[in-house]
Amino acid sequence: MSAGLETRPAATVETSAKQEQERRRALDSGRVLLPVAGVALLVAAWELLPRSGLVDSTFLPPFSVVLQTWWELATDGTLWPNVEVSLARSLGGFAVAVAVGIPLGLLIASYRWLARLLDPVVELFRNTAALALLPVFILILGIGETSKVSIIIYSCLWPVLLNTISGVRDVDPLFIRSARSLAMGRVTQFRKVILPAAVPAIFTGIRLAGATSILVLIAAEMVGATAGLGYFVNNAQFNFQIPQMYAGILTISVIGLLFNVALVALERHFSRWKR
Amino acid sequence: MTPRIEVAGLTHEFRSRGRTPTVALSGVDLAVGAGEFLVVVGPSGCGKTTLLDVVAGLTTPTRGEVRIDGEPVRGPGLDRGIVFQQYALFPWRTAQQNVELSLEEAGGHSRRERARLAREQLDRVGLVGFEDRYPHQLSGGMKQRVAIARSLVHGPRILLMDEPFAALDAQTREGLQAELRRLWRESGTTVVFITHGIDEAVYLGQRVAVMSPRPGRISDVVDVDLPDHVWAAGVDTRSAPEFAAHRRHIWTLLHGGTAGEVAA
Repeated sequence: MSAGLETRPAATVETSAKQEQERRRALDSGRVLLPVAGVALLVAAWELLPRSGLVDSTFLPPFSVVLQTWWELATDGTLWPNVEVSLARSLGGFAVAVAVGIPLGLLIASYRWLARLLDPVVELFRNTAALALLPVFILILGIGETSKVSIIIYSCLWPVLLNTISGVRDVDPLFIRSARSLAMGRVTQFRKVILPAAVPAIFTGIRLAGATSILVLIAAEMVGATAGLGYFVNNAQFNFQIPQMYAGILTISVIGLLFNVALVALERHFSRWKR
Repeated sequence: MTPRIEVAGLTHEFRSRGRTPTVALSGVDLAVGAGEFLVVVGPSGCGKTTLLDVVAGLTTPTRGEVRIDGEPVRGPGLDRGIVFQQYALFPWRTAQQNVELSLEEAGGHSRRERARLAREQLDRVGLVGFEDRYPHQLSGGMKQRVAIARSLVHGPRILLMDEPFAALDAQTREGLQAELRRLWRESGTTVVFITHGIDEAVYLGQRVAVMSPRPGRISDVVDVDLPDHVWAAGVDTRSAPEFAAHRRHIWTLLHGGTAGEVAA
């Protein structure tokens, strides 16, 4: 009787794995083809609408023209210094926010009195649009690098901080009971149970911070900067270099996309034990 | 001889602000001998989980004391392994890593030894080949096997089980009950098993403590002495007349009767 019970679960797991594989194969064509078709549709519209005269090609040059301009900018060395400056700002700000946000979040979540003290302040700040504070940052820190990186740190800090706090707070009480039943001390409990349980939530915060870092970077660079992609786009628009402007925007999109893909992969890796 | 577990005058009240305290346990006395399999049966809300929590050291009682081999319980300890109803496995650890955790906390084993002992214990609960699965890749029955392996691997003197099979389907449950009996016989561990199922109580227990609610107390303790032939291979133990008699007896006790009425 017990032998039968031992083999049955194994068989179920195998069948479901096989079914899963088949279903995945059936879905794969749709999973790859449809998104590609979506992008192709967008590019086609971008190309054809200006060419057909339905949209003024002065304000929206066809995609091929923008792509050609982008290639020129990329090869003549105009684009890369701006990309470099922008990446340094956003990645730097993002890194500082993560390095500060995680330990701070862990600390706040671990001490109830600290949470009570800081909760209203945190609520107030996170509900204040970061960009509304940009003039304040410029006023205090000047128009240079410091104010730009600071506003990025500031706006990236909240998703990291809040997700870390909720990640620690929402740890299943059953895990704590289980940990206590194994006679774990507070420190061991934190290291072996609370922290690993909070990791997926923390990585969600990190991913959100990544998106925020690019968003705020561009806005900050559009307000008084002499280099960077935000400056480049704004400047191109001032000088009526419309294809250059779109080339800059395209660059920003691709960088944002790549950053997000990398962070999602990281998040998946650290949550792989989840369903 | 000192009993393995001694519960003396245990009373526990839950206090919440602005309400009269709820009495979960009222003057519970109980002694469990070394190597004994004791089942505590009772309706939900009779305080049986609270009793187990106090023995586990997870709850400090309002009054009274629990002693293990004569030593008062001051908190949780690795001399008592616990299996919860909802498995309580750590999902970021594989089956083997979950089992190894008990050994990590117990200390005194090298990494290699921990791996070996965990594998052996998983083998004993019939989970060969599933060492590297994460809990979400296992069925309910398999998860509970891992939990049992985790609570036994470091060789505790006592195994505490809080309705461990309640969330499983009937067939899986019966299989696990049979395996638990076997594991208990092989390991010689003292087991305290909480359930609301009368069948489960008669099947597993050497003695069955019947609890009644409001306030939670032990109303009767019944010896279950099923003859050897009901345990023979190929015999449906649960349909034996002796089994039915015990079940009826405990049923009557749970529904407010006395042992005398049944015997008459």
